[in-house]
Amino acid sequence: MSAVFAVEFAFWQSTIFKLLLAFVAVLIPAGGTVYMYLFKMVSFMQSRLGPMEAGPYGSMQLLAEVGKWAQKEDIVPTNADRRVFVAAPYVVLISTFLLVLVVPFGPDAMFVNFDTGIFFALGVSSVSVIGILMAGWASASKYSLIGGLRAAGQLIAYELPLVLAVVGVVVQAGTLNMQGIVRAQIDGEIFGFGGLGNPYFFTQFIGLFIFLVAVQAELAQSPFDMPIAESELVSGYMTEYSGFRFLLFFIGEFATANIFAFLAATLFLGGWGIPPFIADLMFEAGHDHWAFNLIGPAVMLTKMLLITFVIYWVRFTYPRFREDQLQTFAWKFLIPLALVNIAVTGVLKVVF
Amino acid sequence: MMALLAQQTEAVIETAWIPNAFFFVIAAVMVLAALKMVSTKNVVHAALYLLIVLSGVAAVYIFLGAEFAAATQILVYLGAIMVLLLFGVMLTRAKLGAETDLDHDQRWIGALVGASLLAVMSYSLWDAFGGDKLPADPTPQDAPTGVKNTQLVADEIFSTYLVSFEVLSVLLLAALIGAVVVARRD
Repeated sequence: MSAVFAVEFAFWQSTIFKLLLAFVAVLIPAGGTVYMYLFKMVSFMQSRLGPMEAGPYGSMQLLAEVGKWAQKEDIVPTNADRRVFVAAPYVVLISTFLLVLVVPFGPDAMFVNFDTGIFFALGVSSVSVIGILMAGWASASKYSLIGGLRAAGQLIAYELPLVLAVVGVVVQAGTLNMQGIVRAQIDGEIFGFGGLGNPYFFTQFIGLFIFLVAVQAELAQSPFDMPIAESELVSGYMTEYSGFRFLLFFIGEFATANIFAFLAATLFLGGWGIPPFIADLMFEAGHDHWAFNLIGPAVMLTKMLLITFVIYWVRFTYPRFREDQLQTFAWKFLIPLALVNIAVTGVLKVVF
Repeated sequence: MMALLAQQTEAVIETAWIPNAFFFVIAAVMVLAALKMVSTKNVVHAALYLLIVLSGVAAVYIFLGAEFAAATQILVYLGAIMVLLLFGVMLTRAKLGAETDLDHDQRWIGALVGASLLAVMSYSLWDAFGGDKLPADPTPQDAPTGVKNTQLVADEIFSTYLVSFEVLSVLLLAALIGAVVVARRD
C-alpha cells in the first residue's frame, strides 16, 4: 500500500486504512452483485422487470431493503439460547472478513501477504459452518436444527473437493502464496508463447469446474440449497432470524459468494494480471508498474463479476438436488475426479 | 502480524509492544474460555468455549510467524474436529439450557491434576526457553535465501521425517478402514 503513494505509513495508520478497505472490499461488491444478479438478472430470466421504483432503474432498491431490515423488531425466541443465537451471524461474518484478507488486488494492494495464503483461505472458509451450526442449535426450533445439521453435513462433504481442486493449481504454481500464484500465471508460457501468460483456466479447467461446484455447495445455493429448502424447512437455520440479524446472514452469504469468486479469479483466471503483451505495451515495467495497484482492483472486479454471473446463472437455472444425490455427487464423483486431476497434474508437472 | 512487521524493519522496535499487548489479550481470553469450558453446565457451550481456546492457539501461531501451523490449526481443529464434535452433540443430545449430569464429585482431584500439569509444563518450558527472545523474522538464519518457513516444513517432512510421515499415513488409512467396517451394517 505505502509504496503506491511514496509515503511511509506507520503501522497503526496502515492497519486502520486496511480495516476500512476491508469493509469496502466486502460490502460494495456484495451490494453490486445483489442488485445486478439477484434483483435484475433473475428478473429478466423470469420475464419480469424486477425493482424499478427506488432510484433510477431500481438501483437504490438495496438501500430501501437494508432500511426495511434495520427498522424491524429484534426478535429472539423465548426458548432460544440468547447469547449463542446473537453470536451466530457474527461468526459467519468473521469467516467472510478473514477470507478477504488474503485476496491480492495488485502487486502491493493486498491486506496480508501470507506465505500460505490459499491454505489459510480454505481454513477460514470452514469457520462459517460453526456459525451455521450455532444458529441452527440456538434457535430452539426443529426446522432450524435440521437445517443446521444438513448444512454442516453438506459443507463437510464439499470442503474436501474444494481443497483438492485447489491442490492442482498449487502443484502447477509451486507455491501456496496468492501473490506467487498470480505471478506464476503472468510469467507462464503456453508452448513457449508468453503473450497471454498462462492462466490456469487452460490447464486446470477440471479444477475450475470442481471449485465452482464446491463453492455453490459451500454457499448452500440452489441446486445445493437442501439446508434452507423452503418447502420443507421454512428457511433452515435462518428460520428464527429476522431484521438486522437476518441481514447479517444475507450479507455473509452474498459477500462470501463474491470472495470465493475473487479466489477463483486469482487461482484460475490470472488474478489482477492482464495479458502480459498488453501490460508490456502500456508500461515498460509491465506488471511491476505501480499503476497496477489501481488497475488491479478493477481487473479483479471484472473477473469476479464474470464468475459470480456463472454462480447465479446456475443458481437460478437448476432444480434442487435430493440429500442423497447431493452426498453421492460429492463423495463418488467430485472427490475421485479431483484426486485424478491432482495425479495428472503432478505427472505433467514432472514431464514438462 | 510478526512476519508483516519484519518487512518494515525500522518500525519493528518501536511497535514491538503492539503484538505483545495483543498476545496478552488473547492469552487472557484463552485462559478465561478454558475455565468456562470446564465449569459450564451445557455441552454445546463447552464445545463453543473450546472453540475459542483453539482459535486463540491459531492466533498465537500467527504471532510466532508460523502461518502454516496456524492455517492447519484452523482447518483441522476448527473446521473439521470441532464441527464434527458439534454435529455429533447436536445430533444426539443437544438440550438447551443447563444440564444436571455434567458435574461429578471428582472435580477437586481434576483441579489438582490440572494444576500439577501446569506447574510441570511451565517449569520445563521456562527452564528450556526462559531467556530466549523470538527473532523478528521467524525464518531460520541458515536457510537459503528466498526460502520461506512453509517450504522448510515441506522439505523436512519429506526428507528427515519421511518414515514417520509414511507410518502416520498408514495409521490414518487403518483408522479410515476401521471406521468404514464399524459403520457398515451388513
